[in-house]
Amino acid sequence: MSKFLKSLIVFSALGLALPAMAGDGEKFGLGRTATPDEVAAWDIDVRPDGKGLPEGHGTVAEGEVLFTDNCAACHGDFGEGVGRWPVLAGGQGTLKDDRPEKTVGSYWPYLSTVYDYVRRAMPFGNARSMTNDEVYALTAYILYLNDIVTDEDFELSKENFTSIHLPNEANFIEDGRAEEPFNERKAEPCMSNCKDSAVEITMRARILDVTPGRANDDEGAGAGSVD
Amino acid sequence: MTETNKPAPGMNRRGFLKAGLAAGGAAAFGGAAFSGAAGAGESDPLITEVQDWNRYLGAGVQAAPYGVPSAHEAHVVRRDVEWLTASTESSVNFTPLHALDGIITPNGLCFERHHGGVADIAPADHRLMINGLVDKPLVFTMADLMRFPRENRVYFLECAANSGMEWRGAQLNGCQYTHGMVHCVMYTGVPLKTLLDEAGIKTNGKWVLAEGADAAGMTRSIPMEKALDDCLVAFKMNGEALRPEQGYPLRLCVPGWEGNMWVKWLRRLEVGDEPWQQREETSKYTDLLANGKARRFTWVMDPKSVITSPSPQMPIAHGKGPLVVSGLAWSGNGRIKRVDVSIDGGRNWTTARIDGPSFSKALHRFYLDIDWDGSDLLLQSRALDEHGFYQPTKNALRAERGENSIYHNNSIQTWHVKEDGTVENVEVS
Repeated sequence: MSKFLKSLIVFSALGLALPAMAGDGEKFGLGRTATPDEVAAWDIDVRPDGKGLPEGHGTVAEGEVLFTDNCAACHGDFGEGVGRWPVLAGGQGTLKDDRPEKTVGSYWPYLSTVYDYVRRAMPFGNARSMTNDEVYALTAYILYLNDIVTDEDFELSKENFTSIHLPNEANFIEDGRAEEPFNERKAEPCMSNCKDSAVEITMRARILDVTPGRANDDEGAGAGSVD
Repeated sequence: MTETNKPAPGMNRRGFLKAGLAAGGAAAFGGAAFSGAAGAGESDPLITEVQDWNRYLGAGVQAAPYGVPSAHEAHVVRRDVEWLTASTESSVNFTPLHALDGIITPNGLCFERHHGGVADIAPADHRLMINGLVDKPLVFTMADLMRFPRENRVYFLECAANSGMEWRGAQLNGCQYTHGMVHCVMYTGVPLKTLLDEAGIKTNGKWVLAEGADAAGMTRSIPMEKALDDCLVAFKMNGEALRPEQGYPLRLCVPGWEGNMWVKWLRRLEVGDEPWQQREETSKYTDLLANGKARRFTWVMDPKSVITSPSPQMPIAHGKGPLVVSGLAWSGNGRIKRVDVSIDGGRNWTTARIDGPSFSKALHRFYLDIDWDGSDLLLQSRALDEHGFYQPTKNALRAERGENSIYHNNSIQTWHVKEDGTVENVEVS
């Protein structure tokens, strides 16, 4: 198949117009083929459909020991979070509250994300140090902390992984910003006499002394978050 | 404040700066230090007396093999807010927008956001892998990447959580903190499309996973349409190598889209048929609405602007008369078409002057040159982009989304300029 034909098919499959660019899809013969071992070493991502899950298994009870030793210093013994470190458990039913508690049980849509993230980035400061079985055990324990499984002998494995669904999955929706009133295209904003009465100040900055030092006087006022 | 910032007759410069700092914090550098300080009829000793720098030799070449800003600019630095995060390795700091001008951010002042600290990678040890639904999985060295045709592009990068602390109301007193998770530099790199074509995308390849080599193994799913459109695999910023904290030696640019997707220390691109639902696109960077639903894949950064001076960290130190109102505007949709400025809290608007280059998905600099009468102002700016999108008020945004979205707050900012020239972050009716 010619290169041109191949890129034509790729673009057609994507529903895109074929760009009229010279050299489109051109190959330079740079780089080398990745070996299967190299791909396996780096490609550890896991998807909700189970693609990428390694062989292995681990129980809630095994996970509890691992969690206490490796995770509890930041996340707390029961996933309640220490200081500003992430809370992992609880918070169900708080998403409409003034202060929602977004945890694996209350917010996260997919269990695969827990496995993927723990395996690639945890424990914080010692990433990639857990075996696949240990990550299964920790994932099982996080399910237990969130009352999604209740049996300490429950064993999570590659085989039963995709049978487990997190409770908040259905509450994720697509980007709806384009339908918001102020995002209607070509709506020319008002230029004069845009408000009926004189403008009043309704609120002042809560934290005034962030410059040039730190906001260390009013920790309780730190309501914001960069997540 | 204008009066207290003027040096007393006979006061030396050091004393003046000290007094200025004590009286008005950053205000000392805001204006009085640069204005003709002597009163009418008095002679300025800075002119009538020979100054040290005019008599003695200064430093020679190579005093600083890599140049650094003047010591007098030592206050122009990135700053953080300690209580925001649990550790500095997974944290953020802020660009000092109030002290900058033009549209290009100096490399050392570009805000930082890391999830596992700054990875320290020798370029010779760095590899970029392309795998997944491709004809041939490939590994590139940095030397390989330098042999592809490259492009230069100016883009802003804004964290989706920029202004995220301000949803519930005015919080932090300074545009560095309210709007400082944005920067704009010129990137040099290879189009992502060029690299994907080299591996050959299979027909069912609809998504690209970008992965970093850092201790967070940062990952984001990017739709193929965007990957083939304008994404860039960059190794230079403003002409020099990427700074370590910006992903040295290699980062992804995803123009106009949220900064979290601009994966730093880029080591792998995987082609797949579905998104991967990674941590940074499920538990984070999803926008929780008042009804408990959460929007996902909210990639584009909406039109936004902020007046950088005057602002809380840049009060008016010169009293009434000519005043330069200066600010930044940007949109992930393309170019900025217009910026309007209000001095009365949004009742009436005047179109500002955009100066400097206007690049798509880059910062734009605007000015409104006014004759300040010394009275209170409620300063606002409102950006419109070339596609007709404009900034909503804070109340309009909250009416649609509630107060728990964290991300994508592009609402209009209000600064209260007081008669003494000080400025405060406020909300208005």
